[in-house]
Amino acid sequence: MSSVQIRDVRKSFGHFEVLHGVTIPIEDGQFVVLVGPSGCGKSTLLRMLAGLENITSGTISIGDRVVNNVQPKERDIAMVFQNYALYPHMTVADNMGFSLKLRNAGSDEINKRVKRAAEILALSPLLDRYPRQLSGGQRQRVAMGRAIVRDPQVFLFDEPLSNLDAKLRVAMRTEIKELHQRLKTTTVYVTHDQIEAMTMADKIVVMHDGIVEQMGTPLELYDKPENQFVAGFIGSPAMNFLKGHVRVNGAATFEGPNGVKLPLKTAPTASDGRPAVYGVRPEHFTIADDGAEAEIIVVEPTGSETQVFAKLGGEQVVAVFRERHQFNPGDKVRLKPDPSLVHLFDDATGKRMNA
Amino acid sequence: MADVAIPRAKPQMSEASAWTQLKHNRNWLGFWFMVPAMAFLIFFLAYPLGLGIWLSFTDTRIGRVGHFVATENYEWLWDDSIFWLSVFNTLLYTFVASALKFAIGLYLALLLNENMPFKAMLRAMVLIPFIVPTVLSALAFWWIFDSQFSIISWSLKHLGLINQNINFLGDTTWARICVIFANIWRGVPFVAITLLAGLQTVSPSLYEAATLDGATRWQNFRYITYPLLTPIIAVVMTFSVLFTFTDFQLIWAMTRGGPVNATHLMATLSYQRAIIAGQLGEGAAISSAMIPFLLAAIMVSWFGLQRRKWQQGESND
Repeated sequence: MSSVQIRDVRKSFGHFEVLHGVTIPIEDGQFVVLVGPSGCGKSTLLRMLAGLENITSGTISIGDRVVNNVQPKERDIAMVFQNYALYPHMTVADNMGFSLKLRNAGSDEINKRVKRAAEILALSPLLDRYPRQLSGGQRQRVAMGRAIVRDPQVFLFDEPLSNLDAKLRVAMRTEIKELHQRLKTTTVYVTHDQIEAMTMADKIVVMHDGIVEQMGTPLELYDKPENQFVAGFIGSPAMNFLKGHVRVNGAATFEGPNGVKLPLKTAPTASDGRPAVYGVRPEHFTIADDGAEAEIIVVEPTGSETQVFAKLGGEQVVAVFRERHQFNPGDKVRLKPDPSLVHLFDDATGKRMNA
Repeated sequence: MADVAIPRAKPQMSEASAWTQLKHNRNWLGFWFMVPAMAFLIFFLAYPLGLGIWLSFTDTRIGRVGHFVATENYEWLWDDSIFWLSVFNTLLYTFVASALKFAIGLYLALLLNENMPFKAMLRAMVLIPFIVPTVLSALAFWWIFDSQFSIISWSLKHLGLINQNINFLGDTTWARICVIFANIWRGVPFVAITLLAGLQTVSPSLYEAATLDGATRWQNFRYITYPLLTPIIAVVMTFSVLFTFTDFQLIWAMTRGGPVNATHLMATLSYQRAIIAGQLGEGAAISSAMIPFLLAAIMVSWFGLQRRKWQQGESND
């Protein structure tokens, strides 16, 4: 186990820079999730950490050692690939023991460690099978077993669950998290799925277009997104954004599209009349008499909650209610955002304005 | 429900004529789709093969219908030292040429699989020996190895390494080396390009995984590339061995089996005896004698080609 320091790392392919100076401190034993839309550079960063891509500038260190010029096999890291990259001509046991075999470990030692990893992952009955004979979830576990056997300083996961069906993905998510709680190995996990990030991470790093937008614990990111990108990326359904202006005369309010009045707890200093974006999460709407009038377009009950799409000041918003309201399309309702949970972003820069 | 449905279906069945039934029979239709290919194979493969084997048991000559002589032709061949020399030559030729074609072909394939400038052009260039008609390249080699005008002798003389021409195609050892060299030159592209195609089916992430597992470049080849390539190696080497064993054009254009039968292969000897000398029966016997060797080669590849354990089993997703 080791800490990992990524300092001002840049990556260019030819003249095209894909990572523009990324700094991420990772503590020993932490489970860090790099999340972002495709093309944001998260996988490239992971591959640089693994040593599969060169580092154009900046430094990456594992423990106390700068590994920029260290061969992948000497970095003492293990990686789980998106397509698992299991060796098709080797049995599960051989797949898991391959790295030990290359290090000339004795066959007793290999057997012992493979067996232990197989027990952890419930793979013991499958050790003599070939990858073709396994289901998707089992292959995924073999790929993790291959990583565990080595007992590395750092685990790297490159979108490991994206080839699984939805149900299995949820199950494996829990399994990976449980595994991390048991082994406590520093883990860097790349995904484009914010739910995976939220559920698994100790620390989430949101990346976008080759920069880090924000990092923090899942709830920090949910409660206080630093900018509009993070606000829109974290949370499902996504946060509603309404453009308008801050108004401060007596009580602070927000004048949304078509003059819709929306509540603000406090206005940021010297913000009267400033163009801004009002952000409210779907789950932070309530039905209240002093709410803004909205017309319901679509109602989607999921059982545990009801998603309501409505037009508020001419803009479509989505609200989620735990209660079972009887809504019909065309109904008028009064939606009120919880003022203490409202986010305000600068219209030009997208930066968070309220505390 | 089922009890009611069955008697109802019955009268409909009997109404359909035999012809209508036949029209809807997929096997019958399938048979007709197969007929052209079958006819082609029967007339151009099975019939000549059967005729050749039959001829080998007769004393047919050109212009004279033969009589059945049982195994007399084979008995003659058994005591014919030239025949045994051709068998030796064929085995030597096949073994040396195939082994070198495999080694060079694999090396080239690995090289061409790397990322390098002008990759597409290099790949196309490798195919050149394969596209040139055999006889043309044989003629070119004939000149290259000519006793008087050989460019090799000329170059070596000008470099001061030798002071008289090498008699490439006139010396038994040199002649064997030369024809084997020409065969390799011609056969390498097939091996290289086929193995390259095989290499490209190996997922790059396997190499990445192996690299992270600590594999060196050699270990990558030894534990990943080679095992994954074995099925395609089996196919390509079977074809290569079969083509080399039955080679005729190259030898005939370069040496006609000479000097002193040193490069006579079974195919060229068969041609010489059957067509040039007119002894169709004896020539056919030489050709037929190749069959056991070819069968043996096919058997070897049959077992090599059998789906390996790791390729079996259904995937569940």
